[in-house]
Amino acid sequence: MLDTGETQETLLEVNNIEVIYNHVILVLKGVSLSVAKGGITALLGGNGAGKTTTLKAISNLLRAERGEVTKGTITYKGKAIDALDPATLVKAGVIQVMEGRHCFEHLTVEENLMTGAYTRRDGKAAVKASLELVYEYFPRLRERRKSQAGYTSGGEQQMVAIGRALMSNPEMVLLDEPSMGLAPQLVEEIFGIVKNLNEQEGVSFLIAEQNTNVALRFAHSGYVLESGRVVMEGPAAELAENPDIKEFYLGMSDEGRKSFRDVRSYRRRKRWLS
Amino acid sequence: MPLQLLYGIEAAINGLMTGVMYSLVALGFVLIFKASGVFNYAQGVMALFAALTLVGLQNGQVPFAHLINTVFGTHLDRFGWHLPALLAILLAIGVMILFAILVERYLLKYLVGQDPIILFMATIGLAYFMEGFGDLMWGSDIKVIDMSMPLLGLPDGLPQGGSLWIEEHTQFLGDERFYGFFIDKLDIVGAGIAAILVISLMVFSRYTKTGTALRAVADDNQAALSVGISLRTIWVIVWAIAGFVALVAGVMWGAKSGVQFSLSLITLKALPVLMLGGFTSIPGAIIGGMIIGMGEKVFEFIVSSSWFGDAMGFTLNATENWFAYVLALLFLVFRPQGLFGEKIIERV
Repeated sequence: MLDTGETQETLLEVNNIEVIYNHVILVLKGVSLSVAKGGITALLGGNGAGKTTTLKAISNLLRAERGEVTKGTITYKGKAIDALDPATLVKAGVIQVMEGRHCFEHLTVEENLMTGAYTRRDGKAAVKASLELVYEYFPRLRERRKSQAGYTSGGEQQMVAIGRALMSNPEMVLLDEPSMGLAPQLVEEIFGIVKNLNEQEGVSFLIAEQNTNVALRFAHSGYVLESGRVVMEGPAAELAENPDIKEFYLGMSDEGRKSFRDVRSYRRRKRWLS
Repeated sequence: MPLQLLYGIEAAINGLMTGVMYSLVALGFVLIFKASGVFNYAQGVMALFAALTLVGLQNGQVPFAHLINTVFGTHLDRFGWHLPALLAILLAIGVMILFAILVERYLLKYLVGQDPIILFMATIGLAYFMEGFGDLMWGSDIKVIDMSMPLLGLPDGLPQGGSLWIEEHTQFLGDERFYGFFIDKLDIVGAGIAAILVISLMVFSRYTKTGTALRAVADDNQAALSVGISLRTIWVIVWAIAGFVALVAGVMWGAKSGVQFSLSLITLKALPVLMLGGFTSIPGAIIGGMIIGMGEKVFEFIVSSSWFGDAMGFTLNATENWFAYVLALLFLVFRPQGLFGEKIIERV
C-alpha cells in the first residue's frame, strides 16, 4: 500500500515545538515532524504521549484549553501558522477531527455535515457537490441524514466527524484517534475510507492513533511519540518491522509473546532515553 | 355564567398577557445561555439600558450631561431635537450591537474556557456596572416612552387602555352586572410582538447558516471551533440579538410602566419562567412565561376571594411575589430540565 499518494513535497512542518498548559505543565518537549503532501502520516504512541496536543498545536485549538506553543515553529506550505486562529486555518485547508468525535448531538447528520462548510465562500452549488461526495464515501450517512447525530452509532458519529471535516474542502486533515471505541471491523472500514480519500481526492492525513497495527498498515510514514518527544520515525513499513515497535506496540517479539511488564521500562530506558 | 367565574377567566387572560411580557425577558436569557452556556444576569439591565438609550436618543438628551456639567460647569441638557420613534429604534439597535461587540472584546474574550460560575459572576458585575452607567449617561428620572410611528400606522404610539371591542363582544357572557372582559391593548400588542419575535428567531436558527452555526456552538463549542466557526463572531451575534430582544422588552415594559430603574427587576420575574420552560428552549420561554403569568393571577384571584376565605377561614394577599418561585421550585424537583428543556441525549 505504499506506492500511491505520498510525494516529496512537504506540506506541514513542525519544528521542535514545546507546549505548556496553564503556564506550568510542560507537555511537548521538542517535537519535530513533517507531513508529505498527499501522504498519510501516523503519529503513534501510548496514552499521554502528546499525540493530541501535537495535533491541537497545529490546528491551534490549544489556546481554548489554555495551552500554548512556547518554542519552535509550525509551517504549512512554507508559511508560519502558529498565530492563526482555527477559523483562518480551516480556510487555508487544515482541519482537525477531534478525538471522541464531538458531533453536534442535537443537529441532524446533514446539518452536522453542513457546519463543516461554514467557512466556505465558493457558493451553494460547490457545497452541495461536496455533500454528495461525502455521501458517496459514507453511504451510511446518506441513509441517516435526517437523524439526530446524538442518536447515531459510534461508527456513524466518527463518519459524521470525518465527513464534516471534508465539507471544508481541506488539503490536510488532522485525524485524532479515529479508532477510539469502535469495533475492529469498523476501524478497518474507517481507515479504508481514509485511504480512499487520500488516494482519490488527494487529501493528506496526519493521524494520531494508539492502534499501531492498523495505523502502520494504512500509513505511508510514521512517528512514535513518548512522553512529549519523538523517539522514532520512518516509513511505515520500516517501523512495522522494527523490533522495538514490534515488541512495545504490536506485542510481538522473537522470543515469542511475553509479559509487557517484564521488559518495557528497562528496554526503553536503555535504547531511547540514554 | 356566574360572575365570579367570569372574573376568574378575565384574570387568567390578563395573566397570560403579562406572562408573555415576562417571556420577552426570558427569551434573551435563553439565547445567550444556549449559545455560550452563560447565564446572563444582566439581561434585565440590558432591557433597562436599551429603553433608556432609546428614550434618550429620541428626546435629544445629552449623554453624561450631569457629569459634564459638574466637571466643566456647563449647563448642557438637550440637543434640542426630537427623533421619530422609528429612527430612534434603529439607533438604539445600533447601540445594542455596539454593546455586544464591547462585551465580547472586553469581557468574554478573557473568560473563554472558564467555569460557568465565573462567567455568571462576570454578568452580575456587568449588570451593576450597566445600571450605574445608564444612570450616569441618561439620568435617573422616570421617562415616558413615545412610540408614535405614523409610518407603521401608529400615529399615537402603542395603543393603551382596555380594548373596548373586546369588552363589547364579551359582555353577553354574563348578566347586567358584567361589563365584558377588560384587556389592555398594550398587552395584546406585546403578545403579538413576542409571537413574531419567537417565530422569526426559530426560523432564523433552523434555516440559516448562521442559525445552524449558533446551534452547533450551543451543542459543542470545541467542535464548532474545530470546523472553523469563530466563537467570537457567534458571541457577538448572540449578544446583539439578545440586546435587540432586550430593547423590545424594554420598550414594552417602558410603555407599560414608564422607563425607570425598577425595570431591571424584571430579571427576577424571568428566572422562574426559565426554570419552568427550560433554559435552552425558545418556545419554552414563551410557554413558561404564560404559565407563570396566568398561574400567579389566577392563584391570587382564588386565594384572595371571599368564598375562599369563607371556605378556608383565611385569605392570602400579595401572592404574586412568591407564587412564581414556588411553582418553579416544584418544577425543579419533578422536571429539572424544565418543560421544554433539551433532552439530555445519552446513549448507553
